[in-house]
Amino acid sequence: MWSRPSASVPRFSCVLDPAMEHEVQRVRQAFLSGRSRPLRFRLQQLEALRRMVQEREKDILAAIGSDLCKSEFNAYSQEVIAVLGEIDFMLENLPEWITAKPVKKNLLTMLDEAYLQPQPLGVVLIIGAWNYPFVLTIQPLIGAIAAGNAVIIKPSELSENTATILAKLLPQYLDQDLYIVINGGVEETTELLKQRFDHILYTGNTTVGKIVMEAAAKHLTPVTLELGGKSPCYIDKDCDLDIVCRRITWGKYMNCGQTCIAPDYILCEASLQNQIVQKIKETVKEFYGENVKESPDYERIINHRHFKRILSLLEGQKIAFGGETDEATRYIAPTVLTDVDPKTKVMQEEIFGPVLPIVPVKNVDEAINFINEREKPLALYVFSHNHKLIKRMIDETSSGGVTGNDVIMHFMLNSFPFGGVGSSGMGAYHGKHTFDTFSHQRPCLLKSLKREGANKLRYPPNSQSKVYWGKFFLLKRFNKEKLGLLLLTFLGIVAAVLVKGWPVTPPQPSPGRTGQWDPREAWKDCTSHLAEAWIRLASVGSAQENELMPVAASATSLVVL
Amino acid sequence: MDPFEDTLRRLRETFHAGHTRPAEFRAAQLRGLGHFLQDNKQLLHDALAQDLHKSAFESEVSEVAISQGEVTLALRNLRAWMKDEHVPKNLATQLDSAFIRKEPFGLVLIIAPWNYPINLTLVPLVGALAAGNCVVLKPSEISQGTEKVLAEVLPRYLDQSCFAVVLGGPEETGQLLKHKFDYIFFTGSPRVGKIVMTAAAKHLTPVTLELGGKNPCYVDDNCDPQIVANRVAWFRYFNAGQTCVAPDYLLCSPEMQERLLPALQSAITRFYGNDPQSSPNLGRIINQKQFQRLRALLGCGRVAIGGQSDECDRYIAPTVLVDVQETEPVMQEEIFGPILPIVNVRGVDEAIEFINRREKPLALYAFSNSSQVVRRILAQTSSGGFCGNDGFMHMTLASLPFGGVGASGIGRYHGKFSFDTFSHHRACLLRSPGMEKLNAIRYPPHSPRRLRVLLVAMEARGCSCTLL
Repeated sequence: MWSRPSASVPRFSCVLDPAMEHEVQRVRQAFLSGRSRPLRFRLQQLEALRRMVQEREKDILAAIGSDLCKSEFNAYSQEVIAVLGEIDFMLENLPEWITAKPVKKNLLTMLDEAYLQPQPLGVVLIIGAWNYPFVLTIQPLIGAIAAGNAVIIKPSELSENTATILAKLLPQYLDQDLYIVINGGVEETTELLKQRFDHILYTGNTTVGKIVMEAAAKHLTPVTLELGGKSPCYIDKDCDLDIVCRRITWGKYMNCGQTCIAPDYILCEASLQNQIVQKIKETVKEFYGENVKESPDYERIINHRHFKRILSLLEGQKIAFGGETDEATRYIAPTVLTDVDPKTKVMQEEIFGPVLPIVPVKNVDEAINFINEREKPLALYVFSHNHKLIKRMIDETSSGGVTGNDVIMHFMLNSFPFGGVGSSGMGAYHGKHTFDTFSHQRPCLLKSLKREGANKLRYPPNSQSKVYWGKFFLLKRFNKEKLGLLLLTFLGIVAAVLVKGWPVTPPQPSPGRTGQWDPREAWKDCTSHLAEAWIRLASVGSAQENELMPVAASATSLVVL
Repeated sequence: MDPFEDTLRRLRETFHAGHTRPAEFRAAQLRGLGHFLQDNKQLLHDALAQDLHKSAFESEVSEVAISQGEVTLALRNLRAWMKDEHVPKNLATQLDSAFIRKEPFGLVLIIAPWNYPINLTLVPLVGALAAGNCVVLKPSEISQGTEKVLAEVLPRYLDQSCFAVVLGGPEETGQLLKHKFDYIFFTGSPRVGKIVMTAAAKHLTPVTLELGGKNPCYVDDNCDPQIVANRVAWFRYFNAGQTCVAPDYLLCSPEMQERLLPALQSAITRFYGNDPQSSPNLGRIINQKQFQRLRALLGCGRVAIGGQSDECDRYIAPTVLVDVQETEPVMQEEIFGPILPIVNVRGVDEAIEFINRREKPLALYAFSNSSQVVRRILAQTSSGGFCGNDGFMHMTLASLPFGGVGASGIGRYHGKFSFDTFSHHRACLLRSPGMEKLNAIRYPPHSPRRLRVLLVAMEARGCSCTLL
């Protein structure tokens, strides 16, 4: 473990920090030793990680709690459960995932082995986020370990208690050379990004996302960027507003609005606004009580900078309810804004706080246009009893993910790839997708050194018949039926040869050749015709193909005859 | 002022109008591409002969037929690929509909290289069109003959509202890269790859980079030298060595080298005759710049076979170099020409160590009669692709993805992998609007009792699913 406070760090602008470089080198050496690769080792490490979460649960919950003023229940249900679930899912499925997957072969490779072999990438850098400081750091780590990589973990410095506890606990349970935690602020991260990695997974905002990708480009390092954006939430008038508002209230004010896939704003017809405000207000009271500030289930804003930023978003807006703030405790009450002008500041940046603007639109067409005029969001939510309308929203917009008639829930299903598109990010993870992100699926073809005769076809000098045969072998894909017909054709040829007693009765010598008839030449001519016929067939639509096949069979027999 | 702006705006408008999304539209574009290949076969062969002196066999097998095959494959499977993919659900979403939607990214830029100017342009194009994107195609300005055909003839076969060809050299490409695209697919050198990725980062555009590298080829002592020589010579000298997956250098023992040299000589003579320069089957170097670079490399080590060159013709004979030092230029850069250096190693361990000391290559080849040796090299090294006992045959299988790792590239394509590359995989969960009771557990206020219920529920499920 290597960490130091950011204040005492001297500035290195363009030289590589030797201490940092040494750390990364140490991890790379550990990876090169190969010990992260065996399945048993990976399973052991994952089990150790699970043990860490279980044995040190109290410490972890306390750290998360002090960073975001989060109750134990919330810390457990929002962060720890997902981590435990992911570890168990990996442990269960990893033995199957790491085996080679055979792929379909063509005629040329019929007798060979062709498969996809997942291999670890090497040293992976995971840069965590502060809003869910445990799960957004550890969930990628689980996949990176499962895929056999060495990992450098950089927790967010803003959630410093969780960062400290991770730096303290991980080395106690995991291999200390393969998986290390580096703590620090912007400067350390900048230094870190100068190093070469084999993959970088970053969770955070768009601005830093660009910096990370640009740094990665210098080493051609692939990146997964989990960014944010303004996730729209459309409410159709055909729906049960009671239920809709409960679900939205839950998703929006969870973690005090500091959730990357929280609904950022509501789009609905103007007439629905008052009802929505009323019902959200009631639900807030039901969830957090009369005095939200006292509720153990309601979190605080991470720091003063963000607190001030969110306050500035409220300026000039019509506050339908909420709006109370307390700077000392960084408390902002669940707030709803109505009749919000899309040009105001609150609609220009990701809110990332407990402020929910309602933007009135005339109908679903306007909502779709509204969404498409903006950057592609990380999530899209649509509430309606009308299934067709939801399908239409999905068809005509783009977003990282979609949940219909609820919020947040697509995040919870690890058979889904979780990730953004456009400015909300690139790449995806969760479950098998994390394993794939951190693996190179290496295509492997194993041939034997025998059967060199078949290769004559491809070696120069070349002829037209070689072209035909080459195409035939490369392009033709067979099913059993077609293979049967091919066999039939072949038998036809053999029969024809036998009946005619081919070598005994040579045909007329072709002009330009010597009088000597060469069976090999004849065979070459025949095969080129045969191959050509087959290629013609290959380009004909499949429906006609089967009808034409017997015709081709007899045609080829005729050629021979 | 900006020559690209109008074109890009036009394409983006088409995409936003949704014209490119229906399967019928995509299929029509793919069929158009197929007709382009069929109708202009001779034109393409001539252009390739002009650019690279490609024989009809090489043009057909490595360029036209492969592109045609991808078109056919995509047409046959388009609807299956486009289908929503339903995924397994957990307890909490048991009653919902959960699927992954493959949706087009939007405006895609494809930057193609000159060495296989048809194949490496059209194969990614097939994927991008099949996935329902609008495409800006930037063919290489270096392969001029083919560039002309692609710019003048190809657009006639495709819907011009969703497809455009733009021309230019490094300067124009730099200008083009300032614009925002939704996906960039680049084939070329690692140096330019970095420039492309840096430009992409400004707009957070995802990239596929198909780069090159020095592909090692290990030959074990137990091989039949003639068979190895046939296979190696064929794929090293194919397209005059200007192939990103060609074996860049041989690793073998000094004894094996002694046996390989006459076998390589015999293979070269059989393939290209006594005077390879007059053979119709041997390509030429693309331009003077590359020619001069390659001629300089001929001075490394000692020429064992070939070594002749002719500047007027940009001809370099099929060459084998021996006694090559690791530090010489020929072992420092991707050769990309008909020159094959042999580096001596004492055994498979040294070979593996040699390979792992370098950047991860695009392809790795191992020849041995012992499948254990082949599997060991496979397990202990990394590379984009791997082929045992042959060369680039793994490229001919559309069921295998093609792409590099590390310095040899990012991302992959071919067949369905191309379609997936150019599609955003969007997670879609449609929940029931009712059954609110089931959600009660997740709503505040929370009590310790609820936490216990949750824990018990989780343990009962073997912790295999996330309840919340």
